[in-house]
Amino acid sequence: MKLVMDVWRQAAPGEAGHYETHEVDDATPEMSLLELLDRLNFALVENDREPVAFESDCREGICGACGITVDGIPHGPQQNTPSCHQRLASFHDGQRIRLEPLRSAAYPVIRDLVVDRSALDRIIVAGGHVAVPGGSAPDADALLVSHERAEQALDMAACIGCGACVAACPNGAAHLFVGSKLAHLSLLPTGRQERGKRARAMLNEMEQDFGPCSLYGECAKVCPANIPLTAIAAVNKEGLRSFFRHKDD
Amino acid sequence: MRGRWRGPSSHVDGVTVGGVLDPHAPDAPYDSAWHRRKLDYRLVNPANRRRFKVIVVGTGLAGAGAAAALGELGYQVESFTFHDAPRRAHSVAAQGGINAAREDTADNDSLQRFVTDTVKGGDFRGREVDAFRLAEESMRVVDHLNAIGAPFAREYGGTLATRSFGGVQVSRTFYARGQTGQQLQVASAQALQRQVHAGTVTLRVRHEMLDLIMDGDRVGGVVMRNLISGDITAHTAHAVVLATGGYGNIFFHSTLAKNSNASAIWRAAQHGAHFASPSFIQFHPTALPISSQWQSKTILMSESLRNDGRVWVPTRPGDQRPANDIPETERDYYLERKYPAFGNLTPRDVASRAATEQIRSGHGVGPLCNGVYLDFRDAIARLGRHTIAERYGNLFHMYTNATGEDPYEVPMRIAPGAHFTMGGLWSDYDLMTSLPGLFVGGECGWGYHGANRLGANSLLSACVDGWFTLPHTVANYLAPHLGTEPLADDSPQVRAALSRTRARADALLAIGGTHGPGHFHRLLGAILYEGCGVIRSRETLEHAIGRIRELRAEFWRDLRVVGTGLHLNQELELAGRVADYLELAELMCVDALDREESCGAHFRAEHQRDGEATRDDKRWAFASAWQVGTDGGFIRHHEPLHFDTVPLTTRDYR
Repeated sequence: MKLVMDVWRQAAPGEAGHYETHEVDDATPEMSLLELLDRLNFALVENDREPVAFESDCREGICGACGITVDGIPHGPQQNTPSCHQRLASFHDGQRIRLEPLRSAAYPVIRDLVVDRSALDRIIVAGGHVAVPGGSAPDADALLVSHERAEQALDMAACIGCGACVAACPNGAAHLFVGSKLAHLSLLPTGRQERGKRARAMLNEMEQDFGPCSLYGECAKVCPANIPLTAIAAVNKEGLRSFFRHKDD
Repeated sequence: MRGRWRGPSSHVDGVTVGGVLDPHAPDAPYDSAWHRRKLDYRLVNPANRRRFKVIVVGTGLAGAGAAAALGELGYQVESFTFHDAPRRAHSVAAQGGINAAREDTADNDSLQRFVTDTVKGGDFRGREVDAFRLAEESMRVVDHLNAIGAPFAREYGGTLATRSFGGVQVSRTFYARGQTGQQLQVASAQALQRQVHAGTVTLRVRHEMLDLIMDGDRVGGVVMRNLISGDITAHTAHAVVLATGGYGNIFFHSTLAKNSNASAIWRAAQHGAHFASPSFIQFHPTALPISSQWQSKTILMSESLRNDGRVWVPTRPGDQRPANDIPETERDYYLERKYPAFGNLTPRDVASRAATEQIRSGHGVGPLCNGVYLDFRDAIARLGRHTIAERYGNLFHMYTNATGEDPYEVPMRIAPGAHFTMGGLWSDYDLMTSLPGLFVGGECGWGYHGANRLGANSLLSACVDGWFTLPHTVANYLAPHLGTEPLADDSPQVRAALSRTRARADALLAIGGTHGPGHFHRLLGAILYEGCGVIRSRETLEHAIGRIRELRAEFWRDLRVVGTGLHLNQELELAGRVADYLELAELMCVDALDREESCGAHFRAEHQRDGEATRDDKRWAFASAWQVGTDGGFIRHHEPLHFDTVPLTTRDYR
């Protein structure tokens, strides 16, 4: 099949970018979006032209490195699917598609389709962790966790940190990312000890780079880890809880 | 024997036989070895720890664990990753679980059974005493990761749930659905970020290690390239820990992440670090078959699927009927037939070899006849769709996404794919390489897994190294260096390392040929699958060595790196990695050609009886540790392997 791509090209942060049009005429429906870019880059390099910079690593949908905006949709047309798993079968022969980086004020473009998502990590640094030093943990079997609670924690912990939720949000909010982390750690016995302190620290940091949530729900539609929209409730719940209790736990 | 014995001579051109390596391991009895060794280690006073700087390269389970643990203890740690975030390291992609040996289970597990399984699973080519450390620290690792936020699967009563894995007859694998690696990795990366917050760890993302800095015969630092700005900078320290993962990506099509590479450990090898068992590469039996030209990898499906899935092929070669149209009598459940005791849960090397034999004899399934079936029909009938979905839901989803087929309705198609490298930088019992001051953790090392790794032992070994071994052994190394300073930035050693690294990057950029590095990587992968794959022979290996040398010459003649070194340049990154692969590939083949026996994943066609591998313990009960010679040749050193509690036996999973 043939695909025509308008690809965002930008040489460096802060520089002006532009769209560049390319064609691949030997694509196949089972190829992934990233393999389409591999194919394009192979041809570009053979013709001594600069390949399109894009991020990817595991290509199994778990590392969260990839993220390309396809026709305005973060990751691509198939809902809840990372770019590495977006198959070309979603497109028809001859279709023209627009490829851009993840778009958010919080994610400066580094080059072409590569963006800087370190604002997400700054939230984790601020408080997305559990203060149990190596060697001091209690017996995991002595800390009983019900089957249901463990499964709920895992639903929330499944976040791959790709940041597509922010790019999908008209407000550029990171509530799905932050809420899933707050919920994940609050559900577990050791994570509860600093629940209030964590919420304050993470929410303070979140407000530095990200917008407010207006419940559009766009985030949950693109999330490759299927983090449920209920995760955003954890932001208000944990925030209010820590505000009124004013305690570390 | 130790000190005099030199191992068999080599018939391989360019190989010289070197000396005997001392693992500095405690004496038997091994079950108390780790306890005794820990008592012997020197300590660094808490107030003095901040006077030492330690560099940790890599933020996977081993690297994040080591950096976080050393930071918690009070050392100044500088942690590097080429990713944009520490959480993305490839430990994240491990699916099935993490093993831990509990003495109190009803299925009769114990430390000794863990060691026996690991040593035997590794076909007696790993270090037994190291496996004891793995077993002993295993429960502590699960407790710790649970405490720092990994939501392990739980029984309805609230205790930890387990499942069983290949090569083992007890249920000792702890898991979080099919995403155990992700959960452990995210928890460890968070622990690392906690130390960043505390100021004990300086984390530098998007930095790739390009060289070591030597201070005499000791390692004094690393040279890094900032992948965004292109700046090449020197970072010095009292000790360096490499936790940079395995090199399975050398096969191009592998289960590894696209950026996983061997450059850090291969650069160390260039400085004289010994490289152990480079040809011991595990081919994962449950990867997805290659189905098209531009497919970029063989996606991994967790081995845990073999708990409930049954592997089969049609009895008639070339049978093209859809799987569900093939009646029961015309299906060959060849693993259950050949290995009734272990059935579908034979170790990975055995399962991969059996699948390769079926595919080569014309029984392969799928459009390219390059896979075998993994069928859940019977398990769904027995347990119900809900239970299967809870156990493997995300894996089934991933499979459907990749292939367009629904494994609830039709069997999966699987095939062996290059996966885990049991080989890596040689280290002693204390995880120190042959270069003083250079330590390894996780898959870039060697030792525990011998010639074949058991499923769910890799997450364990990375965590044990990072959290509970390196913090002790690095301290032991540092203690006598109290009061010394790392190399100064303007020292001749640092300047030499910087100019060497810049010259190499310039050389790659200056070739001005016609093909990008990806072109050479694909060709190299094809050569290795053919020559140094699941089944190797003298003929395929000699042929491969010739072709690798030709390809390497062509690479340095015809490589094209578009762009410059002064910006984000993924072609330049790949070029450096492929240049190193082209050298390591030759050593892999030399090691495989040199070792005249079959053991574990190293299956030499010449050394088999009735289709089963034949090991030669009289001549080859040692680990080969290779030194790169100055003349393009290789020197093979040996570490004799002694087995105290697990008698040398022929593996028999029948």
